[in-house]
Amino acid sequence: MSTTVSPTYDDVVARYEPVLGLEVHVELGTNTKMFCGCPTGFGAVPNTQVCPVCLGLPGSLPVANRAAIEATIRIGLALNCSIATWCRFARKNYFYPDMPKNFQISQYDEPLCSEGWLDVEVDGELVRVGIERVHLEEDTGKSLHLGGATGRIHGARESLVDYNRAGIPLVEIVTKPVPGTGAKAPTVAKAYVAELRDVVRSLGVSDVRMEQGSLRCDVNTSLNLPGRPWGTRTETKNVNSLRSVERAVRSEMLRQSLVLDAGGRITQETRHFHEDTGETTSGRSKETATDYRYLPEPDLVPLAPDPAWVERLRVALPEAPRLRHQRIRAEWGLTELEMQAVVNAGAVELIEATVAAGATADGARKWWLGELSRRANESGVELGSLGVRPVQVAELQRLVDEGKINDKLARVVLDGVLAGEGSPAEIMVARGLEVVSDTGALAAAVDAAVAANPAVAEKIRDGKVAAAGVLVGAVMKATRGQADAKTVRDMILSRLSAG
Amino acid sequence: MVAISRDEVAHLARLARLAVTEEELDTFAGQLDVILQSVARVGEVVAADIPPTSHSIPLTNVLRDDVVRPGLGQDAALSGAPDTDQGRFRVPRILEEEA
Ligand SMILES: [Zn+2]
Repeated sequence: MSTTVSPTYDDVVARYEPVLGLEVHVELGTNTKMFCGCPTGFGAVPNTQVCPVCLGLPGSLPVANRAAIEATIRIGLALNCSIATWCRFARKNYFYPDMPKNFQISQYDEPLCSEGWLDVEVDGELVRVGIERVHLEEDTGKSLHLGGATGRIHGARESLVDYNRAGIPLVEIVTKPVPGTGAKAPTVAKAYVAELRDVVRSLGVSDVRMEQGSLRCDVNTSLNLPGRPWGTRTETKNVNSLRSVERAVRSEMLRQSLVLDAGGRITQETRHFHEDTGETTSGRSKETATDYRYLPEPDLVPLAPDPAWVERLRVALPEAPRLRHQRIRAEWGLTELEMQAVVNAGAVELIEATVAAGATADGARKWWLGELSRRANESGVELGSLGVRPVQVAELQRLVDEGKINDKLARVVLDGVLAGEGSPAEIMVARGLEVVSDTGALAAAVDAAVAANPAVAEKIRDGKVAAAGVLVGAVMKATRGQADAKTVRDMILSRLSAG
Repeated sequence: MVAISRDEVAHLARLARLAVTEEELDTFAGQLDVILQSVARVGEVVAADIPPTSHSIPLTNVLRDDVVRPGLGQDAALSGAPDTDQGRFRVPRILEEEA
């Protein structure tokens, strides 16, 4: 290892300016593959979702999936891109067994969408990230390398290939170079990927799950001295979480500064990010690897999206997530931090639907971020898959607001909802959970508690109201927790002060 | 004037992962040159009013609906493979490249 003392991050950004570039691949959630009718489910038995087209068998002909084209155009529109009026698919030739055809169908100099932008919020400031292109291609198969130390190909003797994923529609979204972010470069990179993920998710065209590989990110990073031309960039692959996007940029900035400080030059190459160490290592060098000899795909006719179709897709776009969150935050009266918690919990839509069903924003938020989040965590499911519908949460909150049940009983009602016993009101009645609000019955219970605890009653009469807790507890026990504790306390105090 | 150089043939051979001997390079360079020069004669009749053509039929937007169609089973899918293991195609390692 070098004997140079590693510079600190602050030191690096004080002397160098980073330029970012991001390439994101999104696997579309269509029912079928890009060019054949094979299903696309995740985790199927190897080589069971394949056919002559995606296996590249002789005589087979690809036909493009209308839903995938439409999804790509919608992504392009959501990213403020121009949509091509005419474009072609292209063959990207390479000899690697993850594609059985020896080429991948992609797009080359005629992407479906180009020249757009996405606004990203970082520390309360907007950063506009330019979008170079959005194009459509097919995903590759998955290789398992035998004999290598870590499942990587290095040192492997042979590979086992599963083509279930080969041919699944894959949208590639490439940014223009992003200069000028300085010390915030790693945060901007992460925020961009997060925002893009939210945009794609809002369109409903992909589940965009980084851990399952339906959203993958390559990060380009370079450093230059202030006022000098941009430096040589490296492309870091294998960045599989939002946190890793941030770490990869930071680690690459630190590494490149070491090389540059020592008077070296950066090699244009692919690097691999390692989740465990947070560092990148050199992969293949670009200079020999990029001769893909693209040619127009002769088996597919050109695409010429009808402007009227594109316009219909444009007007039907959902509200942009960032703007939508801004609007909702104002409507619900949340701080930025509170809104962030709602977004992170994946609860925006759920709370919205609960409010639409009649609950207050505060009430709905309390349920979804509190008790329901806790239960979702316990059972290891997403909030939306917990099995409680927003309309049920709204009803539960209404029963609490009307004083029919208290918070503790509401949790018992929730058990019933999760067990599929019916609506909260039905469960409340069926399980006999309604708060005892019959003052006659409550008064009798208070009398009984006072009679059973004469010493405590005496203390309260003497003004030691803190002692009332004992009697409240006795009444709650007698009513099996179905009384409102505050009402009970008030009744005890007025009963003993009058006596 | 040659249409393809010996170096270009060596480059293509490397991209195609073909082990080509020095003598073969000479042979292929000569043969490919003849083929390319023959094809290049087509270019001589191109007039200014003929745009480059990638597709000979005037069709666009041939699309299919997103409906699942039965494919091959695993056995049929692997039946033509020279070697298989664990329901997968078994292939030799690829030289010195990362996945
Ligand atoms: Zn197929």
